[in-house]
Amino acid sequence: MPAVRFTNVSKLYPHHSGPMLLRDRIVSKIRKPKHMFAALQNVTLEIERGEGIALVGHNGAGKSTMLSLTAGLTNATSGLVEVAGSVAPLLELGSGFHPDLTGEENIRINASLMGMSRRDLKRKYDSIVEFSGLGDFIREPLRTYSSGMVMRLGFSVAISMEPDVLVADEILGVGDRAFFDQCLKRMLEFREQGKTILFASHSPTLVTMLSDRAVWLHHGRVMIAGPTEEVLNAYGAANLPKEAAGVSAG
Amino acid sequence: MATAPSASNSRPALSTRPAWNGDYVFLFENLILKDFRIRYRNMSLGLLWSVVNPLVMMAVLTFVFGKVMGNTSTRNFPVSVLCGLVPFNFFAGALISGTNSIVDNAGLIKRMPVPRATVPLAAVLSNVTHLLIQIVLLLALALATGEQWNIHWLWLPFIWGLEIVFLCGLSLITSAVNVFVRDTRYVVESFNTVLFWLVPIFYAFDSIPEQYREIYQLNPVAALVMAMRNVVLEAQAPAPSLLWKLAAVSLTSFAIGWVVFDSQKRKFTDHI
Repeated sequence: MPAVRFTNVSKLYPHHSGPMLLRDRIVSKIRKPKHMFAALQNVTLEIERGEGIALVGHNGAGKSTMLSLTAGLTNATSGLVEVAGSVAPLLELGSGFHPDLTGEENIRINASLMGMSRRDLKRKYDSIVEFSGLGDFIREPLRTYSSGMVMRLGFSVAISMEPDVLVADEILGVGDRAFFDQCLKRMLEFREQGKTILFASHSPTLVTMLSDRAVWLHHGRVMIAGPTEEVLNAYGAANLPKEAAGVSAG
Repeated sequence: MATAPSASNSRPALSTRPAWNGDYVFLFENLILKDFRIRYRNMSLGLLWSVVNPLVMMAVLTFVFGKVMGNTSTRNFPVSVLCGLVPFNFFAGALISGTNSIVDNAGLIKRMPVPRATVPLAAVLSNVTHLLIQIVLLLALALATGEQWNIHWLWLPFIWGLEIVFLCGLSLITSAVNVFVRDTRYVVESFNTVLFWLVPIFYAFDSIPEQYREIYQLNPVAALVMAMRNVVLEAQAPAPSLLWKLAAVSLTSFAIGWVVFDSQKRKFTDHI
């Protein structure tokens, strides 16, 4: 039984999405937005329980959009996104954290935002702090943390949610080797429990170690979905000449 | 077909809307505490600010309208002014933080699956902490200036409860609209300035010409001010017609707010 299923999913954004003042509103009502930007086009994908799936592709290829859709943070323009069970998103370094609050206070807020109950947090709190390896820093405000430390905290809370599906975007990018290994181990255990990981990454190492299947997205379309090595090879082969050309083109 | 339950096991079925099965009480508690801590952690006077501001305003208004303009007909003018200031301050503060809540918490809205409505509601509720302090201040000052404790004080939780419901409804609307039209916050700020004059803060309800009184009662802030004065200064229950209007406007505003917010909340992520 699939854990996540995308059926003909498209996601369009109007080209002007920033903050809009009243004037822009009125103008855009009169002149219909001309350009829609397709972040995802007709994506169909089925992810089985216990699978690790990596999304690879350029910036703007639609990886984050797929993750947001999976986490239920935004709606598809057309098509159907289905998820079985709970989802814990880990989409950006320190989302939901506040720099003036201590690590401890941020753990409470973050956990409650993700839906953890008071009792569960009490039970898991020590293991969250232990996993984060932050020690006494847990009582310091977050603004004194390095980005690696913020990531440790975010990851520790998200993984402690024990979700059915973990959705992660470019995590572990700023962690040190020791924490990388620690997280990898934890995520592999997580998969062994029959849980699913969907993540986007530019790190071939992480992709190879954590996923059996990968999906290469390009301009919102699935180029190839299949065994990780195959997809990475195809992606790599397609990109080497292109990146060289990209440099000269500016 | 898509969401058909699987045969028999405990595995969760596919669903188009991942459920948030969290702990609402714990979430509200944390959001309110967060706001409180952020606001006061870096201030040396901390909570005292909640008390200083209304006291200074009360002193200034009492001086200008009591002494300069010579209003001597209102009994216990300072407390009467405070009966107007406390509801107005709460309204203005809660509405501004409610209106800005979704946009100010963009990171959270975009990246966390938290139920959207909790954000503006928590913003309004975190203002209630300051409100409680100010109400205590008001009642202490009333007692200190010779007013008597009376049974009608028991109305206070009820009328304030309605006012909070009213603000929750209003904030649900303005916070959602502010996502799409960022001018909303300025409209709200201007509205608050206008409202300061249209609520009987430094004048008595009796000095309002007869034909406008009905309309005044429909303004929940004005209604609350009148009810406060009934209870604190006149030792009597608020007029039933006032209570009905306050209740009707509050509940209607909440219902409309909920419907508007609910219809828009799924678009927030794409617009902030």
